Amino acid sequence: MTSTAASDLELICPAGTPPALRVAVDAGAHAVYCGFQDETNARNFPGLNFSRADMAAAIDYAHQRNCKVFIAVNTFPRAGDAALWRRAIDDAAALGADAVILADIGLLAYAAERQPDLRLHLSVQAAASSPEAIRFYTDTFGVKRVVLPRVLSVAEIADINAAVACETEVFVFGGLCVMEEGRCSLSSYVTGRSPNMHGVCSPPSHVSYHEADGSFVSRLGNFTINRIPARQPAAYPTLCKGAFRAGGTVGQVFEDAVSLDASKLLPALSRAGVKALKIEGRQRSRAYTRAVVGAFRAALDAMANNTEIPLGILLQLSEGQSATHGAYVKTWR
Amino acid sequence: MQSTTLTLGPVLFNWPADRWRDFYFRIADEAPVDHVCIGEVVCSKRQVFFAEVLPQVIERLERGGKEVLLSSLALPTLKRETRHDAELLNGRHMVEVNDVSLLPSVAGRPHAIGPFVNIYNEGTLAFLASRGARLVALPPELPRSSIEAIATAQPDVTVEVWAFGRTPLAISARCYHARVHGHSKDSCQFVCDRDADGMTVETLDHEPFLAVNGVQTLSYAFCNLLKEANDLVDTGVSSLRLSPHTCDMVAVAQLFRAVLDGRRDADEAFALSHDACPSATFANGFVHGAAGALYV
Repeated sequence: MTSTAASDLELICPAGTPPALRVAVDAGAHAVYCGFQDETNARNFPGLNFSRADMAAAIDYAHQRNCKVFIAVNTFPRAGDAALWRRAIDDAAALGADAVILADIGLLAYAAERQPDLRLHLSVQAAASSPEAIRFYTDTFGVKRVVLPRVLSVAEIADINAAVACETEVFVFGGLCVMEEGRCSLSSYVTGRSPNMHGVCSPPSHVSYHEADGSFVSRLGNFTINRIPARQPAAYPTLCKGAFRAGGTVGQVFEDAVSLDASKLLPALSRAGVKALKIEGRQRSRAYTRAVVGAFRAALDAMANNTEIPLGILLQLSEGQSATHGAYVKTWR
Repeated sequence: MQSTTLTLGPVLFNWPADRWRDFYFRIADEAPVDHVCIGEVVCSKRQVFFAEVLPQVIERLERGGKEVLLSSLALPTLKRETRHDAELLNGRHMVEVNDVSLLPSVAGRPHAIGPFVNIYNEGTLAFLASRGARLVALPPELPRSSIEAIATAQPDVTVEVWAFGRTPLAISARCYHARVHGHSKDSCQFVCDRDADGMTVETLDHEPFLAVNGVQTLSYAFCNLLKEANDLVDTGVSSLRLSPHTCDMVAVAQLFRAVLDGRRDADEAFALSHDACPSATFANGFVHGAAGALYV
């Protein structure tokens, strides 16, 4: 098995807006990922993302500071209307992006044919969870890096890296999908809006809150997602983190209101041959981005220098939520 | 023009082998379906349960005039799982691919693509068709406009739409049946066998919401597109998928066949489908571009 030298590990950081991009670059990101201002990317939220002019300036800013820019075009093109997605790929190439992050097979075929010099990364939304699946994308479209779905243990990731020729990237911090990414329609079942088609999950437009019988009730669409005693802090009603009744029990059937923190697993992920570590959160504040990126960069530098990894600061960043190692540890399943 | 076919999807739930066998025997003898997909899609640990009766089920289905397809796992991660899927190709049956991992092995030979592989547009379908996909089941969340754009773009491929049964909404590494019952996935004690149509997940307001089937999450409501069936045919859809439940699936198949053949009015058939599946709540929102839980 190949392990990745700590000094070669890349830190891939979220940039929801041009100011956030500059913060991430200045805080030590090796690469930032971002998207255009439309439904071509999986964080299609109001107030987020980049116009073409924003993107040109952002790439200029990052490249001057030796930081790469990856553009996510990672939703699935609407049937009969792929022009918007294809233009995103062509523009990414013209703007000098270092890679595009894609999920759709048809779009990968388009990019491989029309933009042969553009580096292709496979989005987590493509859900490639085995060496065979990864080899399909590398052999067919020349994909150079695969972002692994959050369904694999560290040991399984090591096995994959031993079996594939491309680079792998894994999430280490931030929001956690419990379901395999790119294969979840829970949001559209309730709201008609989905990650795959619209780039949104449990969108705020469909969230409502009210008080009833001394409880604070969070609803998504027509369904109650949580009910807590009034005056307690309420988590955002992301569908899969809600409280429900099943099998005679009451509670978080799918996942608690936790976020991913794999900072303690960095040496293990490095030994497993992972090339890049990804931080989730293009929708987060600049302060959050600065703190998380800075902390992870310090951790990587410490690993490269064989000094103790400073972890304390990350513990303060989970915003009151508890943290999990997710599927990286097999018992999570 | 070839008439619209009916496909019976694989049993998604953990049924005892005798129930599984008897279900397919009755389908073989009585259900007017054209294709029957069989095999474990959700959890590889269940495969052993029906392995012994599989050959007799295939034989009976074929004797009943059905074309049998072997369905692969939706989320193979272990070596033994990808190996199992690859072995499906050794037989004489067409394979239904439910994960991209199997695409390299089926390239150049006729195959089917199941609803767990993302085909959201005609570009993806064209690519898959060029490698041998002949029957493709679209993701259940697609609206009619997308279905039409995909189906008309590739008339030589049989395009199939999820038309009956609880809709698969998500798959995970985590087993929620085990989690709810306080077990780990590795020592799950197969508690998923307690819920032959999935375990109901209710909101805290006691409203039925979802259904858990091991690592899979489905809708609580049963998709029922009896009233949309003929309109879907007009969009270019050439097959409808019915997903097995413990209710009277033979009656369900007969209703769809009668509506497609113009022998029964769709509203009347829809009313009768309540008798075939008395405990089911029906939904059709996805195809109308609305929340999937709604009946529009």
